[in-house]
Amino acid sequence: MIDPKLKAQYTTTIGIECHVQLKTNTKLFSAVGNDAREAPANSLVSHIDFGLPGALPVLNKEALTLAVKAAFALGTEPERFSKFDRKHYFYPDLPKGYQITQFDEPIIGKGAITIQVDGQPKLIGITRAHMEEDAGKSTHPAGTDYSLVDLNRAGTPLLEIVSEPDMHTSAEAKAYAYELYLRMRYAEVSEANLYYGNMRFDVNVSVSKTDQLGTRSETKNLNSFRSVEKAVDYEVERQINVLERGESVVQETRGWNDDKQATFSQRSKENADDYRYMPDPDIPPVELDEAFIAAIKADMPLLPDDYRSKFAAIDFDGKVVADILAVPESAKLVAQILDTAGPEHARRIAFWLMLNTPTDEEPTVTAAPIAPAEQLIKLSQLVADNKLSSTAAKEVLAVLQQQGGDVEAIATSKNLMQESDENAIAAIVTEVLAANPKAAEDVKNGEMKAIGFLVGQVMKQSQGKANPALAQQLIKRQLALPKEG
Amino acid sequence: MEQWPAITILAADVQAGRTTARSLVERSLKAIAEQADFKAIIVSLDERALARADSIDAQVSAGTAVGRLAGVPFIAKDNFLVYGAETTAASNILKGFTAPYQAAAIEKLEAEGAICVAKANLDAFAHGSSTENSDFMTTKNPHDTTRVPGGSSGGSAAAVVLAMAPFALGTDTGGSIRLPASYCGAVGYKPTYGLVSRSGVVAMASSTDVIGPLTMSVDDAALVLDVMAGRDQLDGTTIEKDVAGYDHLSATIAGKKVGVIKEYLAEGIAPGVKQQVEAAIAKLKAAGAEIIDLSLPSLPTALAVYYILCPAEVSSNLGRYDGQRFGFSYSDATTLDESYKQSRSRGFGKEAKRRIMIGTYVLSSGYYDAYYKKAQTVRTKLINEFMAAFEQVDILVGPTAPDVAFKIGENIDDPLKMYLTDILTVAANLVGVPSISLPAGTVDGLPVGLQLMAAQRADRALLAFAKGAEELIA
Repeated sequence: MIDPKLKAQYTTTIGIECHVQLKTNTKLFSAVGNDAREAPANSLVSHIDFGLPGALPVLNKEALTLAVKAAFALGTEPERFSKFDRKHYFYPDLPKGYQITQFDEPIIGKGAITIQVDGQPKLIGITRAHMEEDAGKSTHPAGTDYSLVDLNRAGTPLLEIVSEPDMHTSAEAKAYAYELYLRMRYAEVSEANLYYGNMRFDVNVSVSKTDQLGTRSETKNLNSFRSVEKAVDYEVERQINVLERGESVVQETRGWNDDKQATFSQRSKENADDYRYMPDPDIPPVELDEAFIAAIKADMPLLPDDYRSKFAAIDFDGKVVADILAVPESAKLVAQILDTAGPEHARRIAFWLMLNTPTDEEPTVTAAPIAPAEQLIKLSQLVADNKLSSTAAKEVLAVLQQQGGDVEAIATSKNLMQESDENAIAAIVTEVLAANPKAAEDVKNGEMKAIGFLVGQVMKQSQGKANPALAQQLIKRQLALPKEG
Repeated sequence: MEQWPAITILAADVQAGRTTARSLVERSLKAIAEQADFKAIIVSLDERALARADSIDAQVSAGTAVGRLAGVPFIAKDNFLVYGAETTAASNILKGFTAPYQAAAIEKLEAEGAICVAKANLDAFAHGSSTENSDFMTTKNPHDTTRVPGGSSGGSAAAVVLAMAPFALGTDTGGSIRLPASYCGAVGYKPTYGLVSRSGVVAMASSTDVIGPLTMSVDDAALVLDVMAGRDQLDGTTIEKDVAGYDHLSATIAGKKVGVIKEYLAEGIAPGVKQQVEAAIAKLKAAGAEIIDLSLPSLPTALAVYYILCPAEVSSNLGRYDGQRFGFSYSDATTLDESYKQSRSRGFGKEAKRRIMIGTYVLSSGYYDAYYKKAQTVRTKLINEFMAAFEQVDILVGPTAPDVAFKIGENIDDPLKMYLTDILTVAANLVGVPSISLPAGTVDGLPVGLQLMAAQRADRALLAFAKGAEELIA
């Protein structure tokens, strides 16, 4: 660990580039399926992806629609004019000898998003975001003299989001990565499954003691929020140590070794590659008309910030809001319940749904077993009416989520419904008081601990179905105690 | 060799049973075989063509309608992918490459019953003006076998003039249809950029590449264009075709405003060529066209602009020929880099390498602004001048080439002189306007080409005017 006093002398500056895989049905420029997750190698490849002679890329309009959505999700508007360019280099997983990307006129220009760091909002600038195609995947089997190329991923539509160097701590970097993730999911731009590499982060880090920015390193292909955080921490310490030794930080590309929790040098960037960017003559420039943009805007799903302001009405604490937002289905459900059944139900159900949030801080896209709103509201109402204890309600919820059904029927079949018939419970209370005169006397004398024992006896007699609050009330009444006390 | 009847007549005869697709294909294959010495053809597709002919004849017997080009044989330049046929673009690097899909243009022609009988020679990757850059052979001019047929669609032009088929397909990036049409005495049509899908055609320079027909008459060219034209979902740069289509033309000369481009009859044009072109202009005037002299001041820069932009795109488009997935691959390489270098060094010819190097240079950082960007700026200026000209006139006229066909070997060691043969044709490509070359007499027995141009998308008007001009000057 580096001396915190030493660390405090340096300002850290962080910028992040994020590749987001757009969730189109087909690739960016060909009519081949875009979901390569479980597909056999080279089974999702057309003449276009294979780079055959005469094959021409044709822009996928769905990808364009998603990019426009992303613009709104990044707090800006899409550019009315953008174009595609060719970035040239030779590699076996790049069939055409160039990657189609957007060089100087991207689909998304300047924007900004608010991130949440330890419950505090902070505005991070977005420099730009552009569309591009992914390359194929090369693997180099150990101990062989060949490499394998799988072109399933070649042509997958990506949106590369470039941030301003507005972050200064690893916590901010992590929060930014997480906020992008939330926005891309909520805007329905990407499946945003980090496990499958739907989002990958390249983190640029530099440290400096002065106002002038230091030389930066770029750690590429981080695929978890934790690794974003750890890579920043590692780089800050490494660079400070380099500078403290009187050496210079080298501008370079670095990789992340998750086992060692360390970055490692990949290649120096001193000799800048010349990609010979050129406008792609096969793809006409994209000119968006206002009606197209307006239609997409009108169709935009609610974004995390929309939910945040909505949930402000329920008076949650920040942790609950964050947990609910982690699962978009939960957020939608809570918002729906808030709209239809009011804040009390929404609050209660939100706490239940928090149980669905993975405790691991790396969110995974789980098909959370979400129950229908009306059943949840009904369940919440049973609790509100003292017909079900909150413990019993969670038990019912689990069954509801696993198997569905009617909450009252589930509660009844599990024998969880509380007895709230006053007369029936009053009869039991009378019996219990008669059978436990010592305890009854203690309660009368102000030993309120004994009342718990008596309630327990009532619960036992009623086989757990009595409403404990009602039982306590009736005990007090029969012992002629004041209601509160 | 006896010329073919008009395509409409051939197709009508096949449909009516007066002749068969098989007999047309056999006639075509015979003409190809008998005139192999001209080296116009890289490969003939006998089996494929005869099978298709038989299937069309069977459909006719069954009373099925078989399309507007029923049984009509044609020859495709060997940079068109034809399903199941070898497609080499006359380059060693594509030797052995069998097309697993086919060009949209071929698809449309076949859908109307046309039959591809052979693949024609060209300058490798369409880089050239003579077919001498073919990695395989040089095609001979039908009028003088010591001379070139022009290029790059030299095989297609020679084949049509030699009556190997009623029509052939070419590609025109800087004049590659019109120049050989001029040298060989054929009609060569370069449509408006984007009118015919480029899908399935080996790319040369994507922003100027167009596909068009070579024929012996304007009507045939118009019909073939009509079948091929229109938006295609496999080519994002394609445009809708004219609602009136391009065939069934009535010749229109009288009342048309015809611009004679000063720069096109200036120094460097052979006297005999100039004479024929002026004679043609006089005939147009006599037929009622209004002749207007005009100047396009940026025109002399067109060739320089072209030879920056075209190699830039060529260097990019040839990146995919890396010896890893198809075509020639150097098999003795021990490293990836060596495989790239050897496959490309051995697979590409001299001209392809020259253009890759020029193109790589003009796109390199530090040179991009001075070359590529500047050339684009001048290109825009040229487009504006042409647009202004077409506000004044309907048609622009001039020669197709500065001279008649040159001798084989005459220019091969002087690339600059070779590039100069494109000087009158490249502007139409840079500007994207339609242009046609019509036979307009001869000089010493060698054909001269008259070039006509019209505004973007005015293909129908251009063809109607060309039909009138053809009647006057034939």
